Amino acid sequence: MQDFAAVRSEMGEFWNIRSGLEESVKGFFSAPPEADVVLESLIPEKDFNTAGKGSAEVKNLLKRLGVDPEVLRRVAVAAYEAEINVAAHSRGGMMDSYIHSDLIHVVFRDKGPGIADIAQAMVPGFSTADDMVREMGFGAGLGLPNIQKNADALHITSSAGGSTVLEFLIYFANNER
Amino acid sequence: MLKLSQYQEAIGGVNCTPELDPAEIVIDGGYACDMLSDVMGSAKAGQAWITIMKHLNTIAVASLTGIPAIVFAKGNTPDPSVVEKATVEGICLLSSELDTFSLAGTLYALLNR
Repeated sequence: MQDFAAVRSEMGEFWNIRSGLEESVKGFFSAPPEADVVLESLIPEKDFNTAGKGSAEVKNLLKRLGVDPEVLRRVAVAAYEAEINVAAHSRGGMMDSYIHSDLIHVVFRDKGPGIADIAQAMVPGFSTADDMVREMGFGAGLGLPNIQKNADALHITSSAGGSTVLEFLIYFANNER
Repeated sequence: MLKLSQYQEAIGGVNCTPELDPAEIVIDGGYACDMLSDVMGSAKAGQAWITIMKHLNTIAVASLTGIPAIVFAKGNTPDPSVVEKATVEGICLLSSELDTFSLAGTLYALLNR
C-alpha cells in the first residue's frame, strides 16, 4: 500500500497570478460561481488534428459574445497550447470551459503520467517532447510559458505518475495593458 | 500596408487557395518561424507568416493568431485537406520557390519602401 503522506509530498503545485488581480482571483477560486455556459471537449492522445477543436469552439463562442479581439487571441492561444500539451505529453484528457459574464475559466484534466518538476517545465526552452511532436513544430518548450503569458491566472497541480490538472482564468476586461 | 497580391507577384507565389483573392487581403507585417509556439507567442494579427510547416496545425495556429496569409518557402505545397481547412478559415496560402530568408527580405523591402 502506498504511503499517502509520501505521495502528497511529491505533489507539485504552481500558481501564477497577474499582478493586481490576486484578490479577485482568490475570490473566484475560493467560491467559484456557476458558469453561464459550459463547453466540454475531448483531447485524445497524440491526435493533433482533434487538439485545437476545443479552442476553436471557445474562440467562436467568445467572438459571438463580443469579447475584445486581443483578449480573444489570448484565450485562444492559451487554450490551444494547453490542448497541444495534453495531446503531446499525456494519455489524453478533457478540456472544460466555464464561461462567466466577466471571465473564462478553462480546466484541462489528463490521464497522466504527470509532470515530475513543474518549476522546470515552466522554464522557456525546457521540453520533454518526442521527435514526432518536434517535427510538427511543437516541443520548443514554449507552451507553458505562453499559457502563463496570456492567462491572468494559471494554476497547475501534478505529480510524477499521476494526472495533471491545468486551469487558467482570463478576464474579458483586458488586463494586459 | 501591402496587398498580398503585390507580395505574391514579387515572390512568384502560387495561390494554393484559389477561392481566396490575394488582392483583397492586406498585410501589415511578417513573421518568419517554424516553431508553432513561437508564432503563437510573438506573431501579430495581420502579418504574413513565412514557414516550411505545411500540416493542419499551421492553419489552426494562423487562425488563432489572426494571421491572414501563410507563405510556404522552398516550394512546399500543402495537402488538399490543409487547403480546404485554410479556405474555410479564410487564410490565404501561397507557395514560393524562394527560401525563408529571401521571402522575409522581399516582404521587408516591400513594406519599408
